[in-house]
Amino acid sequence: MALRQIRIGRVLAYVAALVLSAFILAPIYLITISAFSGFDAVYDYPKNLVPSDLTMESMNIFLDSEGVTDSLLRSVYVAAITIIVCLAIGTPAGYALARFTFRGANPFQLALVSTRAFPLIIIAIPLAVTYLRVGIDDTVLGVALAHVAFTLPLTVLVTASVFAGISYELEEAAMTLGCNRLSAFRRVALPLALPGVAASSIFVFVTSWNEVFAAALLTLRERTLPAQMLAALDTSPLPYRLAGGFFLLAPALVVIFFIRKYLLTTWGKVAR
Amino acid sequence: MGDVNEPGFGWDEPLDRRTLLERAAIAGGALAAGGLLTASQASAGSSAVGGKVTAFFGQFGGIAEQEGIRKYVLRSFNGEVDGIFAPISNPALFVDRVRAEAKAGKGNIDLLIGLHGDFVTFQNEGLIRGVGDIAKQAKNLPEALLRSGKLGTKTQYYVPHSTATYVMVANKDVLKYMPKGADINALTYGQVFAWAKAIRKGTGQNRFGLPASDTGLFHRFLQGFLVPSFTGGFVTAFRSKEAVAAWEYMRQLWQYTHPQSLSYAFMQDPLLSEEVLLGWDHVARLKTALDQRPDDLVAFPVPKGPKARAYMPVIVGLGIPKNAPNPDGARALARHMLTLSAQAQILSITGFFPTVPGRLSKKISPGLLAESNAVRRQLQAKDAVPAQLPIGIGAEGGNFSKIYRDTFTRIVRNNENIQTVLKEQGDLLQAIFDKTGAPCWGPDPSSGKAPCRVK
Amino acid sequence: MTTIAEDTAPLARRRRRWEGLPYLLILPTVVYLGVFFVWPMIQGFGLALRDESGGWSLSAFETMVDDAAFGDAMSFTFLLILVIVPIQLVLALGMALLLNARLRLGGLFLYIFLLPLAISDLAAGIAWSAIFTERGYLNTILEGVGVLEQPFIFLDPTSRTQLVIAVAAAEIWRSTTFMMVILFAGLQAIPKDYTEAAEVFGAGFFQRVRHVIFPMLKPSIQVALLLRLIFAFEVFAVVIALTGSGATVLAAEAYKWQATNENEHVAAAYSMVILGLSLAAAAVVLVALRTPRERRLR
Repeated sequence: MALRQIRIGRVLAYVAALVLSAFILAPIYLITISAFSGFDAVYDYPKNLVPSDLTMESMNIFLDSEGVTDSLLRSVYVAAITIIVCLAIGTPAGYALARFTFRGANPFQLALVSTRAFPLIIIAIPLAVTYLRVGIDDTVLGVALAHVAFTLPLTVLVTASVFAGISYELEEAAMTLGCNRLSAFRRVALPLALPGVAASSIFVFVTSWNEVFAAALLTLRERTLPAQMLAALDTSPLPYRLAGGFFLLAPALVVIFFIRKYLLTTWGKVAR
Repeated sequence: MGDVNEPGFGWDEPLDRRTLLERAAIAGGALAAGGLLTASQASAGSSAVGGKVTAFFGQFGGIAEQEGIRKYVLRSFNGEVDGIFAPISNPALFVDRVRAEAKAGKGNIDLLIGLHGDFVTFQNEGLIRGVGDIAKQAKNLPEALLRSGKLGTKTQYYVPHSTATYVMVANKDVLKYMPKGADINALTYGQVFAWAKAIRKGTGQNRFGLPASDTGLFHRFLQGFLVPSFTGGFVTAFRSKEAVAAWEYMRQLWQYTHPQSLSYAFMQDPLLSEEVLLGWDHVARLKTALDQRPDDLVAFPVPKGPKARAYMPVIVGLGIPKNAPNPDGARALARHMLTLSAQAQILSITGFFPTVPGRLSKKISPGLLAESNAVRRQLQAKDAVPAQLPIGIGAEGGNFSKIYRDTFTRIVRNNENIQTVLKEQGDLLQAIFDKTGAPCWGPDPSSGKAPCRVK
Repeated sequence: MTTIAEDTAPLARRRRRWEGLPYLLILPTVVYLGVFFVWPMIQGFGLALRDESGGWSLSAFETMVDDAAFGDAMSFTFLLILVIVPIQLVLALGMALLLNARLRLGGLFLYIFLLPLAISDLAAGIAWSAIFTERGYLNTILEGVGVLEQPFIFLDPTSRTQLVIAVAAAEIWRSTTFMMVILFAGLQAIPKDYTEAAEVFGAGFFQRVRHVIFPMLKPSIQVALLLRLIFAFEVFAVVIALTGSGATVLAAEAYKWQATNENEHVAAAYSMVILGLSLAAAAVVLVALRTPRERRLR
């Protein structure tokens, strides 16, 4: 193959990568400058593609609006409860899949994978009915429990993959040095697995933070941020919507930075 | 945070732009979020110890509105008063609770602040007493509103306290397209059409807009403005040839209407972005735009049709439950709420206009001032005819509105034959009145006690 | 984030001390999913197949089918899938190949390409409505460069084509990454010499993709398509954010019947339709991209 062609190929690759990056970044950039522009600028036309001055006016309108700070906090609570329950229940199961041969392991794993074929819509509607009966409708806990149901299978699969990547010899060595199974797990396997488990928690956080359908159906007043935004879409002024959209999107910028490598390796494989 | 704690919130204080912005946002957020039930206060509403008055609000349940009313309107009352608010998210609670207290035989509530429709229910179920004495003491309340408060009887069941309605707003840039010789404060439907058409010609785009999304109040335009202005009635003339003309008009007007009208819920947003330069909506849904751009926007009364300048009023009234523990206190509080200063505070806090005549201070926000002038002109126009929603259709209210929406979709969007559609939709309309037995209501001619009939 | 499993398949299963332990460890997960996943699903069937009075009936399905919005929602959902999925597959494959090409600044591209994975369809809808709205960024740009003289109404509720294009743009933007991640994982299982960037983007690139990469990636493509189709039936907030009440999809109708009309039976009927379609789509993908056993890679 000619060297020139190779060079052209590389140039084309860079051009393609840059165009795709621009396509992905443009909406993020535009909503960010909209969220940090003044009331008048938001309604201005033609729009300023490069903001002349950034202000907190729109942001303040949003944050000062009734129910917004509460819904932000609720979103955080829901995500936190979801992560805790997911880890408490999912980590042991993941460990079991990675370390033990037992009858039912394969069907169990298959069942976890196949939960993905069932859209969450299907369970959100009956849950709304059940919650009313049980009395946890319109609560942070109720939303979190539903989010656990969507995120638990993936958490188990990911933690299984994380533990499988940690050599069992280390745990065995610890056990010969006097640890029992539990303390060997706690002192050896868990610390090694922590980065992977943390990454999976971050993914659970994002899933919960972004989830609209169940959150909107299961709450009325105790809305999470996405549910609040959905309800306010056509009744709130434009600056409110833009600032809210920015808040919904902002965590992605941080979260992806921390889990980008992990997403490509473990998550890509597990999803497969 | 919490602009209600800032001194700028009071109506007596000058309103700065930031406060206005925040309040606009609060109104938006509040509509979406729904208010919180002030349950603690509700249960604490003690039973008539001393001179304490318990006021129950079926309106103004938003957090900022509650705060404002407690802090200014109630605090300035010379006596002990407790304010309870039904949550926005569940307005039915207002009626439910009054009903529950009546059933329990032990009342806590002294004064009711609710919508015309709420009082209809109260009166039907015999839950309220007459308040003619308060009405007599309050001077110069508009006769039409007082009549509404009698609910078709001889007794005054509520005193009209504040009111809202729907008006039109135009961007001053398009005033030049207004038909020659037209008076902006006395437009006709024909002139509005000519105007919308001229705007299209002048700007190249359809810039007339209506709030026709699912959550918009477009059905009110059809029910309470367009059809009664053409037919002079609400229900009886639904299939008349005048109604055919009204729908033909709508079909024509739609050709010059911004297509995104189908996704507008609050017209203030497209008016601010200048997507729409001429529009119609509820005053509360226009206020932010008029506050933000007082120099660019103008508010004016709705147009007049062949039969009338029909408009749909929204009336908030004051009433007293039969088993109120402290009716004298309630009367005193009602009198207080009908003072000009309390009325102005209500206007500033909620955007609902006073029923008591009097000059409004210049300190009022520009948007409210513009709106209140338009509303007054609309109320005072000689040809103005209030078209209230029919009374007694109860839970069928949603279907009643759906009929108008569907009629619009079939005639205007699907281009079906007008007579055929009106015939079929008229049958559905009749079914509602047959089912509920609701009689005709103004501007339709009275049908006595018999259910209203679509002719 | 350093130690990461090479693969989940060869699980280290050695010690057998106490037979019951693994069962004890998976018990909470099994119970939880039983209560919060399987049981609600069974309930969902019950809701869809009963009427208000509690008796078995098909009235919920009848109401659903008779509703004018049903046909609209169904056709819009399928239109979206038809427009989005092919474009996404090509884009996702291209992005995965680019990431695999070891470009300079590869880490930065990786970060950028992954961003949409953590963005909700609601946020995507809000961001893209700022672009597509009549007084928005797209018209600003098009007018600025002289393509348009007047702002164009992209989000015209009376034009189905325009609404499909707008929603498709937002969805392609948001959910292509998700397919890319799966394809990238598959790509890494292919020996390096096939996928070296220079060669790949040089002469014979498309032949290479067609004859070498595509067949080897088939299992990954299968999974990516499968999950993408399943998720496609769940999308609703982006449609609401972009079109208002101009267009509707199945999930949006399910939401409306539950939240606005407070009729959980019809809502459940919608969810059953969505379930049926998801499973049908999965079956189609599995059959269409079937790999004969002897040609499987692993």
